[in-house]
Amino acid sequence: MKKPEHPFRFATVSYLTRIGNQSATTIGELRDGLEKCSDASIFYHTFQSLGRYHFLTEGFSNEFAQWVLAGLNCPALAEQLAAPDIRGYLTLSDMRTDLLSITDEYCRSHPEDVHRLAFEPFYFLESIEVTIPHLGEAWTLEEFRHWLERLSNGSFHYHFLVSRLRLGLRTNDFSLWFENELGLQRLAQLTNRIDVYTNTLESTRAKLYTFIDRELAA
Amino acid sequence: MTLTQPEAHLMSLDAYVPLLGARELDELRALAAQLSGRTVQMVNSTAMGGGVAEILNRLIPLIQELGLRPRWDVITGGEDFFEVTKAFHNALHGGPYQARKENFDLFLATNEMNRQRLQFDCEFTVIHDPQPVALIEARSRQEGHWIWRCHIDLSNPNPEVWGFLRPFVYRYDGALFSSPEFARQLPIPQYLSFPCIDPLSEKNVDLDPASVQEVVERFGIDPARPIITQISRFDRLKDPIGVVRAYQIVRRYMDCQLVLAGGSATDDPEGEIVLEEVRREAKDDPDIHLLNLPPWSATEINALQRASTVIVQKSLREGFGLTVTEALWKKKPVVASAVGGIPAQVIHKHTGLLVHSVEGTAYQIRFLLSNPALALKLGEQGHEHVRENFLITTNVKRYLTIFLHSLQRS
Repeated sequence: MKKPEHPFRFATVSYLTRIGNQSATTIGELRDGLEKCSDASIFYHTFQSLGRYHFLTEGFSNEFAQWVLAGLNCPALAEQLAAPDIRGYLTLSDMRTDLLSITDEYCRSHPEDVHRLAFEPFYFLESIEVTIPHLGEAWTLEEFRHWLERLSNGSFHYHFLVSRLRLGLRTNDFSLWFENELGLQRLAQLTNRIDVYTNTLESTRAKLYTFIDRELAA
Repeated sequence: MTLTQPEAHLMSLDAYVPLLGARELDELRALAAQLSGRTVQMVNSTAMGGGVAEILNRLIPLIQELGLRPRWDVITGGEDFFEVTKAFHNALHGGPYQARKENFDLFLATNEMNRQRLQFDCEFTVIHDPQPVALIEARSRQEGHWIWRCHIDLSNPNPEVWGFLRPFVYRYDGALFSSPEFARQLPIPQYLSFPCIDPLSEKNVDLDPASVQEVVERFGIDPARPIITQISRFDRLKDPIGVVRAYQIVRRYMDCQLVLAGGSATDDPEGEIVLEEVRREAKDDPDIHLLNLPPWSATEINALQRASTVIVQKSLREGFGLTVTEALWKKKPVVASAVGGIPAQVIHKHTGLLVHSVEGTAYQIRFLLSNPALALKLGEQGHEHVRENFLITTNVKRYLTIFLHSLQRS
């Protein structure tokens, strides 16, 4: 393990949810909304919803998919909309393009469904991020482990998932620091491979503790 | 007249550690450190009874402990003022309203009297609900940050009442709504803010089984048979008669009891009339327990919820439905109308069951009574949902976040 040149600086993040003027009551309107809504809205209903409902490991964490299932009773489209893995996206624009393409294709192949009314409307909401420095910074893996335990679920989600958009890399803040600052490539890879879709944030965190403890014991 | 400077309940943040973990509280402290010493004023219309007063009662001391300087003021008014605001409340929920100039004049005069009586010099002022909305007149030269917190469903308001109130709302820096469905087309930013419960309050704190049984037996309820409960004020918008009818359908299939327990708020003069209507519908059924509880019945409500097999909230309109939050926190299976803020809490088939009719309510109650394992799972997941999103600490965090965001915008 090499000596880091820079510490890991933990952040505290909190989100406000802004209510916009867009809503959808049909698949056609969802398609239009996906095209016109802000990036902050795509973020809210995909990246952030995975954190908000992390305690549910059944159902869809992507809210577009959840609404299509629960509000429109279209399981085929719901499954397709839920399929894109947020870890594969470095920009919200790419995610929007894929969601739009899936919805477009469905509308083309199921024209009879396009204008069918949902049980309840879908509201496009937006995330407003407020970030402040956390009290903790770590220079060693032991210190990192210590501060990680004090990190809220929201801030954990920010460093572990949202970081991809900020970094523009297929990694997360933790893995990046492990690899670049501590030279711990394997720990970085193991961390980055944890499946957040089949784990809660708590069990994701527990896996990370296990990997770190193994590294510390080695 | 109401108490004007309510005394908020004191509870230390550290007391929440066993329920939430230290890290969530560390986060609150980190956010609050950026706002240390800032002044906050909360204004509402009642010191006791109703969800808003309950929230403020817990919120104020926590904000204070975090290093901000909060103040809570309650507007005063005569019975005639509260009758007008109750009528406004029903009209804003879409009910009929006979507009009278003298009612609007009384509303303005009472707000003006309170504007002169109260002091408005804080950096953040949060006005709760329509009753004190015209206090925005107290704002001088765009100083401070003024936020309107609307706890009620404005999705289909009476146009005359909304048309009267809207110009005041436009003058705030932002508005907070309990559900996106409630938001109107406004020229100011609108944010989502769920109300919350306090897990350490008398109404939600864990109770030992003996205390629960004592309360249930005191009200003549049989703890050995299934108990279906709706906790709500006796208010037509809570559809207590619909609940009685759903229970009557369930009774055709299985043995159970119904508890309708309601508190009362100082700003709701209509409760007695509705209670009498429900009594008539109940037709002296000995298994229907109508409990008109005084505002100091938090422990009784807590025990009744904990003793329940299924909890119902069959509202026709709803602000948020904190009684649903309370039930979910107690790991109870919930059957609730898909109105207002309820769908944000009850994710159908994940944290409870949503319904749209008397018949649907009856069916889902029967389904849960017949499937206790599923009822248990819904209750467990509902509890987690509340822990993440609808506790007082989350509410504190949202206020801190909006204050920080307001500072960043200005």
